Amino acid sequence: MSENKPKQDAGKVFLEEVTGQSEEAQRIKGWRKTGRTLVVPLLAIFTGLVFGAIFIVVTSEDVYAAFRVSFGSGMATVWKTIIQSYQALFTGALGDPARIISALQSGNPLEIRRAVNPILESLVNATPYIFAGLAVALGFRSGLFNIGVEGQLFIGAAAATAVGIFVKGLPQIIHAPLAFLAGALGGALWGFIPGWLKAKTGAHEVINTIMMNWIAFRLTEWLLSGPLTRPGSGGLPISPIIEKSAEIPQFFPPPIRFHLGFFIALAFAYAVHWLLFKTTWGFDLRTVGANPNAAKYAGMNITKNIVLAMTLSGALAGMAGANQILAVNRSMALGLSPGYGFDSIALALLGNSTPMGVVLASLLFGALRNGATRMELLYIPNDIISIIQALILAFVAAPAIIRTIYRIRVPKEAEEAVFTGSWGGGNK
Amino acid sequence: MATSTIVIHRKKVEVISPTRQRATGIIEILLGVLIFLFFRRTEPGMVARFVMTPGGLDRGAAPDWLIPAYSTLLVLAILTVILGLVQVWRGFGRWMNLVLSVVVGLTVFSFLTWATAGKSLNLVGMLSAAILLGVPIILGAFSGVLSERAGVVNIAIEGMMLMAAMVGALVGSVTKNMWVGLLAAMLSSMLLALIHGVLSIHYKINQIISGTVINIFSAGLSSYLSAKFLQTYQQLNNPPIFPRIPIPLLADIPVIGPLFFNTNLFVYIMLISLIVIQVALFSTRWGLRLRAVGEHPKAADTLGINVFATRYMAVLLSGLMAGIGGAFFTLGSVGRFDEMMTAGKGFIGLAAMIFGNWTPLGAFGAGLLFGFADSVATKLTILGTGIPTQFMAMAPYIVTMIVLAGVVGRGQMPAADGTPYEKE
Repeated sequence: MSENKPKQDAGKVFLEEVTGQSEEAQRIKGWRKTGRTLVVPLLAIFTGLVFGAIFIVVTSEDVYAAFRVSFGSGMATVWKTIIQSYQALFTGALGDPARIISALQSGNPLEIRRAVNPILESLVNATPYIFAGLAVALGFRSGLFNIGVEGQLFIGAAAATAVGIFVKGLPQIIHAPLAFLAGALGGALWGFIPGWLKAKTGAHEVINTIMMNWIAFRLTEWLLSGPLTRPGSGGLPISPIIEKSAEIPQFFPPPIRFHLGFFIALAFAYAVHWLLFKTTWGFDLRTVGANPNAAKYAGMNITKNIVLAMTLSGALAGMAGANQILAVNRSMALGLSPGYGFDSIALALLGNSTPMGVVLASLLFGALRNGATRMELLYIPNDIISIIQALILAFVAAPAIIRTIYRIRVPKEAEEAVFTGSWGGGNK
Repeated sequence: MATSTIVIHRKKVEVISPTRQRATGIIEILLGVLIFLFFRRTEPGMVARFVMTPGGLDRGAAPDWLIPAYSTLLVLAILTVILGLVQVWRGFGRWMNLVLSVVVGLTVFSFLTWATAGKSLNLVGMLSAAILLGVPIILGAFSGVLSERAGVVNIAIEGMMLMAAMVGALVGSVTKNMWVGLLAAMLSSMLLALIHGVLSIHYKINQIISGTVINIFSAGLSSYLSAKFLQTYQQLNNPPIFPRIPIPLLADIPVIGPLFFNTNLFVYIMLISLIVIQVALFSTRWGLRLRAVGEHPKAADTLGINVFATRYMAVLLSGLMAGIGGAFFTLGSVGRFDEMMTAGKGFIGLAAMIFGNWTPLGAFGAGLLFGFADSVATKLTILGTGIPTQFMAMAPYIVTMIVLAGVVGRGQMPAADGTPYEKE
């Protein structure tokens, strides 16, 4: 490893030039900066929810009916609709506080489990987001835009399903990890191809990953109606149920679905943090991402890093799919993902492409998705969450909008761009 | 050894390397072998009957086309292999891509002949379906061409089409007027394009992210409104459909008539847009300026072209095209809106744009090809060839990746595509 030492120093110099700050200066400013970096994401989330409320009100028939009666009752209904909707979102996502308290007082374990189930279910929803968000964040840090997480997720899920169905007679301690690994490898392959094409031919990874997404959708469609189909499903594209031994264990009896996969996701978040910020490989990846020319002159292998980044990113995305199959659904259908792959772009940006940020943003998105099921009872389709997520993405990506709305001064030093790649710029 | 052929094409000098020349030849020989395999699976005396009049039409009828499958396939296989050998040995120079296209065309024709041998296939009906399937792809590709030629990447075509499809169905149903529905669809899509423009031109955020915002947002909003209103109240999801409009005289030409002159309004819009955009982009001052902004915005700015205004205009026109493409789903074919009904057609449009080398004419050809692949895929199940339809449906994406990798000639992306312009 000693030969890497001068390389790292050279890279550090380049990184300082890129960010315009020495590492020392960055550390001193650390706390103030943390505060400042949190302002925009928090306001973005808040503004997204406000716009969401406006959508709910504007499309509520009750509100129009009340306005026909009188302006006062209209305004009252507007207020009531917002409160009811977001109350449903909150209790759906985190549980009813009163019920949790009374359950804790009664000491009945079954009642406690039921009362906290919404929180646990939010964590279940957050798990694929963590994997998928890490995949996008790892790509961003390496200067690559992996928009193909959705496809990699599907291939990973298909690979995990195949191992879960066809491999028989293994103990769970071997079978489940094997199926999970198969998922990671499937995703890795789907990430490797566009990575390799980018490194070798300069073909842009954004177009290729979009194409790979659709190839993956068609491929899984075929798999689920062909080799992986459930006997007797009558042509429905659905796979058989995986072997018991391939399951990632759930901690409580059904209907509580909280499972080990959540902790695996957290472990991988730490692993990605360690890889990116504590190893030479990660340093190379980040340098190639921040300034490919500097990386090249520092003697880093650009080709290797691009392929490595896309492969690892794909592997993480594949894990998201494998996790959903092995821990939650136990069989594969086409409605596997409500758009985890695309939402994860939003949460990687929201989390500033750091593993810790991705975990926090995933918890938020998981809670929103889970809470939305409760909102459906009020005849608010859960697609409202996609609208809110899109708005959050727009606000995080364009902090200037948030600054204009809330009249926040622009920070003195130029803002650190979260992701500055361009369509044409990356080409040879 | 190092004999490179230099091809001069539109003042662009392109060098065909010996490797590429041989690779192309080998691909052609392999396709010839494929045709030979089709030949081996037919028997003498088998006849492929191609029906040349689409079902349900009496104008522009033509007699059926009977092809002796056995001998035709043998001749085509030999011809293709010879072309491949000549390509490997000497190369066709500037005609290389043309010969390759011909060979691919012959392969497709041979495949159809083999699949139809001993049966009957409505060829013109299939081509007509291909054109209709190609309409949203081609309009989506035009949308991409307009915006990317001005340097703004638009991966939000899918989202814009989805929104336009929903709004078209909703407004068309409420007003019971398809024209108002079409207008509303175009406006909704242009509104999304305006958001894309503001985010990526004014706020200079990454254009891919901005496109993703639009895609997530319109998937969410269209599904939300659909679930809340369109699926609940059927009268809100029952728009009138544009009827078939025959053009006098031209509609009576055999084969061509039923395909292009006795069809949907959207096909006419597509053909007119093709001509207008092609001419406007490459033969007018307006188009020159638009392309200059996409290639070298700084130079354009120095010469007094308003880069921001040009880009906004291009993005809005892009939204207009995507809007018409989206309206086709609800007002041109199906007559109702279903959640996520565009099903990736916008992304195939993007692929067609790349495949067509960022030109309207190329995008049109690519879109027709992709539409054709789509309609072959649906026919395959009927003919019972045993090839899964999903593999045919994958073809456009795979072909685009191959083109992008430069295996059969690299496309010319506008130089400043995707880069926000900073005025100094």
